[in-house]
Amino acid sequence: MIDWTNANILPWLIPVPPLIAFALIFLVTNRSWWLTVITALTGTILSWGLAAAVFLRAVGAPILGLYAPEHFGPNAFGSQVPWMATGATQFNVGVLVDPLTVIMLFMVPLAILMIMLYSVGYMYHDPRRERFFGYMTLFAGAMLTLVVADNLLLLFIGWEIMGFCSYSLIGFWFEKESAYKAGVKAFMTTRVADVIMLLGIAYLFAETGTLNFRDIFFNEEMLHQLATTPALLFGGAFSAAGLIGVFLVVGTIGKSAQFPLHVWLPDAMEGPTPVSAMIHAAAMVSAGVYMVIRMYPLLEAGADPHHGIYSPPLMLMAYIGAFTALFAAVIAISQNDIKRVLAYSTISQLGYMVAALGIGAYVAAAFHLITHGIFKALLFMSSGAVIHGMEHGEHHAHEHGHHPHNVFEDEGKPFDPQDMRNMGGLKDRIPVTWWAFLAGGMSLAGFPLFTAGFWSKDEILAESWNLGLGGEGFGPAIFVFILLVVGAFLTAFYTTRQLALTFAGEPRTEAAEHASLGGPSSLVSIFMQGPLIVLGVLALITGYAGVHPSFPVFGPIFSPGGNPFHDFVAETLMHHPPVSDFNLVFTLVLMLVPLAGIGLGWLMYARKPLAAGQEDPGKVALDAISPAIWRWMENKFYVDELYDWAFVRPSYWVSETLVSQIIDRGVIDGTLHFIARAGVFTGELFKRFNRVVIDGVGDGIPQGIGLFSRWFRFIQSGNVQQYMLMVALSAIVLGIVVFWNLIR
Amino acid sequence: MVPLWMFLVVAAALFAIGLFGVLARRNAVAILMGIELMLNAVNINLVAFWRYLTPDTMMGQAFAVFVFVVAAAEAAVGLALIVAIYRRRQSVVAEDVNLLKW
Repeated sequence: MIDWTNANILPWLIPVPPLIAFALIFLVTNRSWWLTVITALTGTILSWGLAAAVFLRAVGAPILGLYAPEHFGPNAFGSQVPWMATGATQFNVGVLVDPLTVIMLFMVPLAILMIMLYSVGYMYHDPRRERFFGYMTLFAGAMLTLVVADNLLLLFIGWEIMGFCSYSLIGFWFEKESAYKAGVKAFMTTRVADVIMLLGIAYLFAETGTLNFRDIFFNEEMLHQLATTPALLFGGAFSAAGLIGVFLVVGTIGKSAQFPLHVWLPDAMEGPTPVSAMIHAAAMVSAGVYMVIRMYPLLEAGADPHHGIYSPPLMLMAYIGAFTALFAAVIAISQNDIKRVLAYSTISQLGYMVAALGIGAYVAAAFHLITHGIFKALLFMSSGAVIHGMEHGEHHAHEHGHHPHNVFEDEGKPFDPQDMRNMGGLKDRIPVTWWAFLAGGMSLAGFPLFTAGFWSKDEILAESWNLGLGGEGFGPAIFVFILLVVGAFLTAFYTTRQLALTFAGEPRTEAAEHASLGGPSSLVSIFMQGPLIVLGVLALITGYAGVHPSFPVFGPIFSPGGNPFHDFVAETLMHHPPVSDFNLVFTLVLMLVPLAGIGLGWLMYARKPLAAGQEDPGKVALDAISPAIWRWMENKFYVDELYDWAFVRPSYWVSETLVSQIIDRGVIDGTLHFIARAGVFTGELFKRFNRVVIDGVGDGIPQGIGLFSRWFRFIQSGNVQQYMLMVALSAIVLGIVVFWNLIR
Repeated sequence: MVPLWMFLVVAAALFAIGLFGVLARRNAVAILMGIELMLNAVNINLVAFWRYLTPDTMMGQAFAVFVFVVAAAEAAVGLALIVAIYRRRQSVVAEDVNLLKW
């Protein structure tokens, strides 16, 4: 019935196992922990297996003797089914597996699988653990749907489902007020962006009548038409492609937490650590960048970034991405919560990808997306292991009757196991986590030559150099280059700071002293640390897929026939992006940047590790210039406070005061009450009229008659002679009246 | 012959006296006597009109005989009533028989 060997059908099946697992978990297995675990893991492993099969088919593993298409780009896998009639045409929905999808299918299911395994250990002690896995499988299914989708609508469906899952998972511990508020904040912020993105999708459909990627992006005339039609709004400044592109980029700004919609991601750390790993490393924020990479031909329509002509969406991405990269890196330096540093680091790295795409470095952005997914997931999971270890230590200290307290300015807050100032010396206590964190951290910092992050980040910086200062001299490329280089330095710096504060030196609290994950035989520990090892290795070697062929030593080893990653992914586009020239001097100089950052971090934090209660040396150094600097950094430049003042409080005012009190209770209820009172008043009026007038007349007449008769009856005196008198008088009068004429 | 009007005047006078007696006398028997007077006055009227206007027919005289009979019967009944009242109250003052009032 289903031809399993047909690669065009396989992609349909990739999102299915997690979705079935989701349904099973919520409906059937949620009473049993082990059934839930088996269901979730089976689903994830199945989808990973199918993805791996598709990946191998596409890439061609000669070892396994599989057939691979010669030029994968134009010969992508895919199939469609008609879904709904849209007027005279048919809207088809289907799957598309082109090179971009293939590399995503390498990273995403693997990361999801690692995170699921990790969650088995991490969530073991949670009372609502089965529900967690339900949401995680739904999330996985949604992400995979998004990855294999062949049209914008199906992508958007996956996008929105992930938004809902992110809300549920961030607010997973909903008893905590900060957690559910963070969930709402994430959903609301991304929703703002999603609405605008939907406008873009709708406009695209209205202009072209299709949302299918192949139909739009491999179609020269359609792109040309979109690029030359003036847009519906701001017609003078934008073309249709430009406006659609800007709207879609706004969607990414929200989903991938770029400035100014980045505010939800740090707060999203309220969720359990596997959620942070999944949503904010491997999947959801990657989806934002994936979408703009996917839509790149549209964003580029009418422009040519390799020759200095930029379209509005590209410029938006370049400036916002570069700014965000630097902005978030600056904030990350001052953060004390281990997960917050990683959150801001994610925002910053996503800025790298967005900026890279903005200046036209298509392949570099895709490369960094993949490597970042791997090492960021690794970092988050490692930090989760650290937190777990610290909580274990805290528990241990409690058992001994000591109550750990924060060693920094204690404002009466409870002990925070996530605060790095309470850690220290953990490298001897949780060694596997230390090595994993080191691998991930160095990859993030871009430690030269031996980490995946170096190769991908180097490619971005090289592209921006070539298009900017080093070559053509295009404005946005120069801006991007400068900001990204400074950002790279800061990234290395804050990563080293994080590593030193957490792992180096002596433990600063009792909790840190007794931190542990339960030893190598504990099941929890195995489930948590296994994925760390796998991802740790990958974080180091994945980069070798994209080495420039002219790179000394590494080039000839890994890229004898050309940069494999570049050549493979470049086929996604109709016009292959060029491989920029290799500049040895520049690359050597660039290697110094992360080394300098690591060096400075080592000097300030690792050479003389922080003692308990000692102030942060960075803070001390910057306070010498002005105390305001560190304060502004630590408070994230007060962006949240600004939004609260500008948007949140007015919304509350509108809702509580304007609508509820003034309009609802005042106007609407007032009108209703008024009508009711008018009705009652009219009723009273009629009642009064009834009683006074009508009854008055009706009762008055008999009363009058009664009164008259009471007066008149005395005429009947009983005296006969009086009666006779009356008769006589009446007879006389009557006689006169009757015979009047005769008398006259 | 005596003119007709003289008879009529006499009859009228008698009627008026009888009427006065009915209206003004205390004693019930006196009231009855006044009634008899009125009836006789009417008789005189009838006969006078018969003799002077239609002496040929017998209608006038027949009518007068009727009146006599009725007067007699009525006097008998009236006196019987007065006797019954007297037996009850030992008095025949007409004014005091006033129970049938308001």
